Amino acid sequence: MKIIVNGEPADTVAGTLAGLLAELELAGAIVATALNGDMVRAARREATPIAEGDRVEILAPMQGG
Amino acid sequence: MDAMTHNLPAAAADPVTFYGTEVTSRLLLGTAQYPSPAILAEAIRASGTEIVTVSLRRESGAAKAGQSFWQLIRDLGVKVLPNTAGCRTVKEAVTTAEMARELFGTPWVKLEVIGEDDTLQPDVFGLVEAARILTRDGFQVFPYTTEDLVVAEKLVSAGCEVLMPWGAPIGSGRGLNNPYGLRSMRAHFPGIPLVVDAGVGLPSHAAAAMELGYDAVLLNTAVAKAGDPVRMARAFAAAIAAGREAVIADPMEVRDMAAPSTPVMGRALLGS
Repeated sequence: MKIIVNGEPADTVAGTLAGLLAELELAGAIVATALNGDMVRAARREATPIAEGDRVEILAPMQGG
Repeated sequence: MDAMTHNLPAAAADPVTFYGTEVTSRLLLGTAQYPSPAILAEAIRASGTEIVTVSLRRESGAAKAGQSFWQLIRDLGVKVLPNTAGCRTVKEAVTTAEMARELFGTPWVKLEVIGEDDTLQPDVFGLVEAARILTRDGFQVFPYTTEDLVVAEKLVSAGCEVLMPWGAPIGSGRGLNNPYGLRSMRAHFPGIPLVVDAGVGLPSHAAAAMELGYDAVLLNTAVAKAGDPVRMARAFAAAIAAGREAVIADPMEVRDMAAPSTPVMGRALLGS
């Protein structure tokens, strides 16, 4: 299934947002997630399905001013 | 008198409060653009800051740069003020703030809604709207704004208990472009913590902001891009403490004409 992860085309077999994070080896990472422009809380990732063409954002703490 | 006690800075007993949280250092420091994580950590320590700004960016599976950065910040034991840098719409800024709250575990957010690319000037209309939405949702908003008093009033009405007007465009190092506007803002909001945020290039700029009666200064590039960021961090800490001391000490009045400082009485007549 083709989706967009952090602006890049990606192929995944994961059915949920949590599954996608595991696939990307980010299961235990400190990240925040959004699906199609809306935030998905960590507690909701298991229950959040992803579908063809979805846009996923995976954000981490970063340097800032 | 004990010389050590005599030399202790009075600023140590002079905290500033942001949303009920007291801090002693009046320098808020950004964490971007340092030559290395080690120099960033050393600069934070040298600055004495208790609050650093951080951001949210896309994490890649391979590098995981964000994870090590977060560990470094946590090890330093400083408070974090997440920003919404780069956001151009209310929706983007609000969503970024929500993600930051979950990630960093703080209701604090440095709210940026950028309206213009050359100056990175805030979109003050979007800023007020986003501030209203976020404060209603329990956030404690530090708005990056201009020195416009009407906008500032609307931010306060929206629930902001801190205001952060720019000194000059972000990263420009130009200092205080509008000292008159900043002074007016200070006079207009005597009870609200005011922070000059952005545009500061030199310690003298930061001292000038403090001498205007500002409560703190937020800067990043001036330290990160200095030849020796650690030393510059120390210089800013000293300048901000000096400016604060000067305000408490109540400066003399400016006058147009000279007034001799050496007593005139008793002067010898030595001419021919």
